[in-house]
Amino acid sequence: MDYGTIFSSALASALGPTAIVYALAAIGLNIHFGYTGLLNFGQAGFMAVGAFGLSVSVVTYDLPFVVGVLIALLATVVLAIILGVPTLRLRADYLAIATIATAEILRLIFGAVETKDVFGGSNGLSGFAQPFIELNPYDSGLDIGIISYRRDDLWILTVGWALVALACLLIWLLMRSPWGRVLRSIREDEDAVRSLGKNVFAYKMQALVLGGVFGGLGGIVLALSQNNIKGSDFSTNVTFYAYTALLIGGAARVLGPVIGAMIFWFLMTGIGAFFSQATSGTDPLIPSDIMTDTQASLVRLVLVGLGLMLLMIYRPQGIFGDRKELAIDAR
Amino acid sequence: MPADNHSLLAGVADTPGVAKPDPIVKGSNISRQFGGLKAVDVEHLEIQRGVITALIGPNGAGKTTLFNLLTGFDVPDTGEWSFNGTSLQKVPAYKVARRGMVRTFQLTKVLSKLTVIENMRLGATGQRGERFWSAPFRPLWSSQEDANTQRADELLARFKLDAKREDFAGSLSGGQRKLLEMARSLMVDPELIMLDEPMAGVNPALKQSLLGHVKSLRDEGRTVLFVEHDMDMVRDISDWVIVMAQGKIVAEGTPDQVMSNQAVIDAYLGAHHDTDITELDESSLEAAAEQELDEEGTHG
Ligand SMILES: Nc1ncnc2c1ncn2[C@@H]1O[C@H](COP(=O)(O)OP(=O)(O)O)[C@@H](O)[C@H]1O
Ligand SMILES: [Mg+2]
Repeated sequence: MDYGTIFSSALASALGPTAIVYALAAIGLNIHFGYTGLLNFGQAGFMAVGAFGLSVSVVTYDLPFVVGVLIALLATVVLAIILGVPTLRLRADYLAIATIATAEILRLIFGAVETKDVFGGSNGLSGFAQPFIELNPYDSGLDIGIISYRRDDLWILTVGWALVALACLLIWLLMRSPWGRVLRSIREDEDAVRSLGKNVFAYKMQALVLGGVFGGLGGIVLALSQNNIKGSDFSTNVTFYAYTALLIGGAARVLGPVIGAMIFWFLMTGIGAFFSQATSGTDPLIPSDIMTDTQASLVRLVLVGLGLMLLMIYRPQGIFGDRKELAIDAR
Repeated sequence: MPADNHSLLAGVADTPGVAKPDPIVKGSNISRQFGGLKAVDVEHLEIQRGVITALIGPNGAGKTTLFNLLTGFDVPDTGEWSFNGTSLQKVPAYKVARRGMVRTFQLTKVLSKLTVIENMRLGATGQRGERFWSAPFRPLWSSQEDANTQRADELLARFKLDAKREDFAGSLSGGQRKLLEMARSLMVDPELIMLDEPMAGVNPALKQSLLGHVKSLRDEGRTVLFVEHDMDMVRDISDWVIVMAQGKIVAEGTPDQVMSNQAVIDAYLGAHHDTDITELDESSLEAAAEQELDEEGTHG
């Protein structure tokens, strides 16, 4: 058992590109669910539209990289509006159904054989990140003993964490403003807000668009970090991982989704590495008639799920949440 | 003061749907059906400006539904109605409020996880800081926020909620929530304020001060329409009473006229003709008050 390797791979994952992607997606969900009470179960769809908006623009239509980024963000705005217009006047569950269905439809379209010419089919699209990679100012990777990143990763980390920091700053500014107060009020009772002369629909739409754009940014970072993107990168568990990250960190807290994403990937990678070591080799720690190495790769999901349940029971507000806000019954 | 207000309605006949000298709200043929039940079926309705009008009627008479229809929270099957002479048909609830017609809810809608002062600030209209593009930049809205806060603090003091300023609204008692909801709706600066059972579940001590507050609304020039069960209270503060039963307006008049009206007694009491209407209400009221005290005891 090499605990040093386990720890350093977990740490690298907690600070790595995947954590950034999920931090951005969870920041978006925090605006939707944490602050406004909107149930978006299709954040993967927003991420996919961001990622494919960029890659299709650059690869399929040969547009400049910057234009591709703008198209990607615009596409997430359009998706939010298309989803919001028919559902945001209805009960909360309609949005949930519409978003999860749309995300699945998008995933299937992006991965389909029939649309291979545009979206690249099951292989997806590649090579669009070249202009981004060429901007890399670093001469070499980073190695500080316990963790090390390649040169390319270091660049995406710099840009990605800067984006996360800017996102948090924006959320902090917005949520201390009267605009944020309206969102938090809508979460509690939208009729009360309506009775005070606020256009609840417009605020929900703004929240849906803003959170969707952050989801799209997450998708773009994912696309850039892999320099390849395909439909199957955006299955529904992407959305649920992002929700898990949000709940671990604490909803309706500025840093909740960020810390949550880091903890989530620390645990996922750490537990995964532990069980993979424990079941591999000639004389594994856990005998193979108890657990094989294929089973071991799934145990982390069981344990993270169990952890989430315990968290919801004993600390429902998440790590950063405010107990007081949650303790009051809404009679 | 009350004498003045009564005189606004002097000479108005006590017939259902009667025209008023200066109506702030006018409606005709307003109906709303739920399945087979016609919850509201009002032929004609006028609310006089500058007075307190009570809307009474037994449970299920359609008072809350009428409130919902007038304020855009529900859509009637038929009917047209106007506020200050402009039609409110198909006007969404938030625009109705902006035009100066603000309602409260029978089941109080305070925002429990916001503090009392934040509840109040939310009520202010035309806030620059509520626009997305200016929200992140505090200097653009802080002066307006300060002015709103000052107005909110004055209202909190008037409604004796200033000690609770920083508490979460969810920690208030039922009566304090009613007060907060009323104070918050005043932040909108409404011309017409519609209160749906403002005294329900309020303990007797608070009730007196609530009554005073309702009167003070009229005295500062607002029009008040409120739903209430307690006949003493209705008699005490209202200038005009409209009685609903089974969706229809069955009687109108001054409190004294209405309480001696046979149609009203029938609507309220059905078969028990010989019970005095005010007595009945007092006993049920006491029971309700006791229940509230009990609840507060258990909630600690
Ligand atoms: N959303 C609804 N769906 C079905 N029936 C309703 C609905 N709202 C009210 N009702 C019915 O309409 C009638 C009038 O209700 P309501 O306006 O609440 O009466 P009140 O406020 O005078 O006690 C009642 O019989 C009630 O059950
Ligand atoms: Mg009612």
